[in-house]
Amino acid sequence: MTTAQILGQDPGWIILVKGVFVFIIAVLATLMAIWAERRIVARMQMRIGPNRVGPQGLLQSLSDGVKLALKEDLIPAAADKIVFIIAPIISATTCFMSFAVIPMSGPVSLFGHKTAMQMTDLPVGVLYVLAIASVGVYGIILAGWSSGSTYPLLGGLRSSAQVISYEVAMGLSLVAVFIYAGSMSTSEIVAAQQKWWYSIVLFPSFVIYAISMVGETNRAPFDLAEAEGELVGGFHTEYSSLKFALFFLAEYVNIVAVSALATTLFLGGYHALPGLTFTESWLGGWFTIVWFFAKVIFFFFIFVWLRGTLPRLRYDQFMKFGWKVLIPASLFWILIVATMRVMSLRGTSRGGVLGFAVGIVLVVLIGSFAYDSAKKRSESAPEAEISEPSFPVPAIPTSNGPSAQSEVSRG
Amino acid sequence: MINLALEVGKTAAPEATMFWILGPLAVIAALGMLLVKKAVHSAILMAWVMITLAIFYIAQGALFLGIVQVVVYTGAVMMLFLFILMLVGVDSADSLKETIKGLRPIAILAFIGFGGLLVSLIGRATLGHQIVGLDSANANGNVPALAELLFSKYVWAFEVVSALLITAALGAMVLAHNHRVHQRPTQRDLSILRFRTGSLAETAGLANPGVYALHNAVDVPALLPDGSAAPTSISAMLEARGDVIDSSPFQLGQAEESEGEDK
Repeated sequence: MTTAQILGQDPGWIILVKGVFVFIIAVLATLMAIWAERRIVARMQMRIGPNRVGPQGLLQSLSDGVKLALKEDLIPAAADKIVFIIAPIISATTCFMSFAVIPMSGPVSLFGHKTAMQMTDLPVGVLYVLAIASVGVYGIILAGWSSGSTYPLLGGLRSSAQVISYEVAMGLSLVAVFIYAGSMSTSEIVAAQQKWWYSIVLFPSFVIYAISMVGETNRAPFDLAEAEGELVGGFHTEYSSLKFALFFLAEYVNIVAVSALATTLFLGGYHALPGLTFTESWLGGWFTIVWFFAKVIFFFFIFVWLRGTLPRLRYDQFMKFGWKVLIPASLFWILIVATMRVMSLRGTSRGGVLGFAVGIVLVVLIGSFAYDSAKKRSESAPEAEISEPSFPVPAIPTSNGPSAQSEVSRG
Repeated sequence: MINLALEVGKTAAPEATMFWILGPLAVIAALGMLLVKKAVHSAILMAWVMITLAIFYIAQGALFLGIVQVVVYTGAVMMLFLFILMLVGVDSADSLKETIKGLRPIAILAFIGFGGLLVSLIGRATLGHQIVGLDSANANGNVPALAELLFSKYVWAFEVVSALLITAALGAMVLAHNHRVHQRPTQRDLSILRFRTGSLAETAGLANPGVYALHNAVDVPALLPDGSAAPTSISAMLEARGDVIDSSPFQLGQAEESEGEDK
């Protein structure tokens, strides 16, 4: 029985229970994520991080949240009041919606009812996540526009440009997964990865998705929409109190959501690591949820690691990277994947497909080598002209050692 | 009217409930889109109308179409939003003044005619007819069925439309592309330029605006040692706008005098 069929038999109250479960998980994950991020970044910067409130500082984000809620709620005089209030609500509601199609466990029994920890299974589940993400950006853009101030407007515009360009790359990276899984449903994509994870089979897609998911969530090194060095706080400069807290919540829930999608599409979802498949039947199947969250936490750690390591990109470099590197690379990769898929469906021998793959790799290697050497030649040619000084300077002594010296002594 | 009631009675109860909640909301938003003054509010309401339409599509079994509607139209409305901001201005509001006389009655007449045409056509095509073939069309799933039609029967139309769209996008880029006459100077070029041309006075960067310890706003030129204002210390934009404050009152000797007057 497929997951879609199992979910089709769910009564209403089970769906409600799962909805509440997903909501609680997402909010708790946010609280833990903020604490974990601060502790991990602190460790990376040779600090200790928050360790006062609760054991190991675990309750720090809870107390921060209470403090935030008790602050004064300001609405600027120049703001467009209705849109100003709606914007954080859009951000905070859409971020939860993508969890509805994420399969968090295999078939389990919940209150004596056979089901799976996934609210619904759409045949176009992954597209649904993309659609929700593109609605979520409205929160940021409207926040930037409605604040009636320059920095938030710039932040909002940057974020819209960023999301439009990185969503293209993200969508293209998913196409290869659709081609291989033969479906856009999240549960079927997970089922198709029982043997091989797509992070291995479709490694380039995985890399492109991983990069564009950082761009999509506005996280360092791509956090240009709220670059505090240039734009004060970016789109949320004018927000305070609970409205700011909603943006904060949305950012972290979004991180968990894209990590969950990456886990589903590329790391085999709730399946165990290869060689540990026997653990999937532990606790009546509930152990799969541990595997799922272990993978999500892995991605979250990568997010924090990036933030602790890389400086923010310059805006033009960031856009150039998206349009001139990620999108052409994904298009090229989709062509290869589609060709290989058609070859294997037409019954070409394994050797033929492998030969094609090796041929492509060779062509790419030769191409990049030729490009590199051509670039080096073109760089070195004008360099010589420029370095000709236009004012008199003593000749640079050559370091040829004895021959130069002998010339001097002869002279 | 009886027919309509029958039709509604035939649809599944949840779908009808949803229709009667979302339908009026969509119509109100669509009317609001025409009537609100600010262009950005119009764009927001348009996004809302598109999302409600997508929900209707999904409820009627066209799952793929509904989701794609959200993906495509939210992106499109975002573009509209950017166009508003860039072409019309951040706080633009429509003026309701009639610029060409007699245009309004013609527009209303055209609206009634076109609307009536649409309503009667769609009504004749749907009311009193049984909906058939949805289940057989979706037998192998909505997405494969759609893909089969798009890539077999309608593949030519599909490719022609995509070629048209790409041509339009390329055309827009060609028209908007501004060819650079000179290479844009890099940081390295600018640095070399600073040292090789003119005096070395500005090699370490231009002077900051403001008069030390007395007035540090960006619209006050710094004072040179001889007491005159340094024109390079303020932005050329402010100077052109005439937003520059005279810095001589903040000169050291003058400032002391004025302080003395205060006392």
